[in-house]
Amino acid sequence: MILAFLEQEAGVPSGLGTEAVAFAGALAARLDQSLEVVVVGPGAEEAVAGAAPPAEVVHVGLTGLGSYAPRAIAHVLAELAAGAAAGAVAPGAPTGGAVAPGAPTGGAAAGAATAVVAPGSERGNEVMAYLAAMTDLPLATNCVELDPATEPSATGGTGPWRLTRNRWAGSLLEDAELDPGPGRPRLLTVALGASPPGPPRRLPGAGAPAVRPVGTVADDADLAAAVTEVVQPSGAGVSLGDARVIVSGGRGVGGEAGFAALEELAALLGGTVGCSRVVTSEGWRPHRDQVGQTGTRVSPELYIACGISGAIQHMVGCKGARRILAINTDPDAPIMGKADYAVVGDLHDVVPAVIAEIRRLRGPGA
Amino acid sequence: MRVLVGIKRVPAVGGRIVLGADGTGIDTRFLGFTTGPHEECALEEAVRLVSARGGESVVVSIGPAEAEEQLRYALSLGIDRAVLLETGGPEAGPQATAAGLVGAIRALEGEGGAFDLVLFGNEAPDSGDFQVGIRVAEALGRPCVTGVKSLEVAERDLTAGRDSGRGVECYRVLLPAVVTVKEGLNLPRYPSLPGRIKAKTKPLERRPAELGRDGLRSVGLRLPEADSRGALSLGAGAAAAPAVVELLGDLGVLSR
Ligand SMILES: Cc1cc2nc3c(=O)[nH]c(=O)nc-3n(C[C@H](O)[C@H](O)[C@H](O)COP(=O)(O)OP(=O)(O)OC[C@H]3O[C@@H](n4cnc5c(N)ncnc54)[C@H](O)[C@@H]3O)c2cc1C
Ligand SMILES: Nc1ncnc2c1ncn2[C@@H]1O[C@H](COP(=O)(O)O)[C@@H](O)[C@H]1O
Repeated sequence: MILAFLEQEAGVPSGLGTEAVAFAGALAARLDQSLEVVVVGPGAEEAVAGAAPPAEVVHVGLTGLGSYAPRAIAHVLAELAAGAAAGAVAPGAPTGGAVAPGAPTGGAAAGAATAVVAPGSERGNEVMAYLAAMTDLPLATNCVELDPATEPSATGGTGPWRLTRNRWAGSLLEDAELDPGPGRPRLLTVALGASPPGPPRRLPGAGAPAVRPVGTVADDADLAAAVTEVVQPSGAGVSLGDARVIVSGGRGVGGEAGFAALEELAALLGGTVGCSRVVTSEGWRPHRDQVGQTGTRVSPELYIACGISGAIQHMVGCKGARRILAINTDPDAPIMGKADYAVVGDLHDVVPAVIAEIRRLRGPGA
Repeated sequence: MRVLVGIKRVPAVGGRIVLGADGTGIDTRFLGFTTGPHEECALEEAVRLVSARGGESVVVSIGPAEAEEQLRYALSLGIDRAVLLETGGPEAGPQATAAGLVGAIRALEGEGGAFDLVLFGNEAPDSGDFQVGIRVAEALGRPCVTGVKSLEVAERDLTAGRDSGRGVECYRVLLPAVVTVKEGLNLPRYPSLPGRIKAKTKPLERRPAELGRDGLRSVGLRLPEADSRGALSLGAGAAAAPAVVELLGDLGVLSR
């Protein structure tokens, strides 16, 4: 059995959540195994209908869990992965020791999972890290390719699985082997754009998804870190994630004041301002404006990079842009090879000239 | 208040990555080394907490002898003492790393008392495993909040906030606790000159790392297919403005 965690919010599965379940479905078909999907929270039923391929059993779980509690979800996954019969994890059922930390599940209970798959999102990675920690299993996060071994190995079960995962937020790929030991499940999370480990096929025994509710299994430790409250951030404006145009500045902008021209251009284009890490480290802009590996990943129609060199950690943040225009004094800056369009020149000349040209075209009053 | 921070030495890669001849690591001959931005925020938070409340801040790293450089950097920022858990071989995986850290934390706590707070980055910049903090917390039986961008530490508990699609999620957990943080939590300081001088004489202890086994084994690295878009030149300097504005029109971003 392949077990998948479907991430959703208010009945809408996340894009990566849907991808990860499809990935798990392809894995199940390739190994000729069944697929079970766990989905949690208000709207779980609708999310399943939207995202799960025909799966043998879909656990819609954790009634009574008022808020997001990653360890509680991991706890349910641990029980199901160990082969606890569906429904055995019912409200009030004793849970302690069902999956003793580090205890090998031996020859694998009937119905035990061969693999547990989740999206490589904040939540998916977090839940799986708890699962890995509770069971002392290895965990491969952010996988983009998987080649599951199907041959029985000498030590029981199958051999290690070959996989490829993201390093440096996808600027580099790592080939690795995942070997949890005989009879124990493989834990992995799936990165955006991963290639499924096989063609989509009808799963064995699959009809319409059979939905089984699972009750709260949370114990004190599960709830020691749970969301107590969700606060809406103040301050409106176009957010980086939603912007159609981003005018982004790097060290070349020279200081806080230099961003006024970038603000002006962004406003003319109905967009917003972004920046590189040098800019936030210098305190010229707040961190929420930072694009990159440790900032925000953006996907505008147009990304205008002004005085940004094009470090890999910056580019992973803006490579989702449909078009990139670089303005840089250095024709050999790395960004010049990674952009669609380039202007060689001082941004302090180019940006005001572009603003003036737009105003000229729009006529008086623009 | 006793605070521990875990940091990792990583190469400071710039515009492109060059792999070593055997394909198992980055060619670092022409690179400097650093620690992740998330971890810099963890260090900053530890320095602020201990200077406001008294106590001791300790930084640990599992890595080669050269990781002394990153530990000294942490000391120059105001961390009180450093422990290098030295490894001989290749980079340890996240399961082994967590086991090594847990052993070290237990030993340090046996010698100097429990840490009220253990801070990590949300993910390491290079391996991006997203798990060491949670593994350590589980092994120590302490609550853990991940991806934290705002932190308020009180006498017996802490309040932490992290961004999500639906707003800022708030958590309240009892101490002792483990928190993994993200860049944006604070604005890390740069080392001062006196800080750098003092760092040379602050205690830095070396112990052999006792790593557990890891079921995830790296066998090689590959570069993804180059994302070269073949930049089209629109000209030079202010004279390029008409071409830029024509492009804006073509892309449909000119008319609001
Ligand atoms: C683990 C890790 C994570 C990181 N995460 C991020 C991240 O999320 N986001 C990020 O941005 N960086 C990140 N970085 C930092 C990254 O490696 C670079 O240091 C950073 O992106 C460089 O910023 P920059 O391009 O503004 O500055 P520089 O690299 O200094 O480049 C400045 C550029 O401006 C040009 N220039 C100078 N003056 C002018 C002018 N007047 N007009 C036009 N051009 C001019 C120069 O030719 C140069 O190309 C990270 C680093 C690490 C190690
Ligand atoms: N070798 C190491 N030594 C000390 N701390 C580490 C090490 N590797 C990872 N960490 C810590 O664990 C965090 C998460 O790492 P990871 O789970 O590997 O992505 C990092 O940001 C560090 O704070």
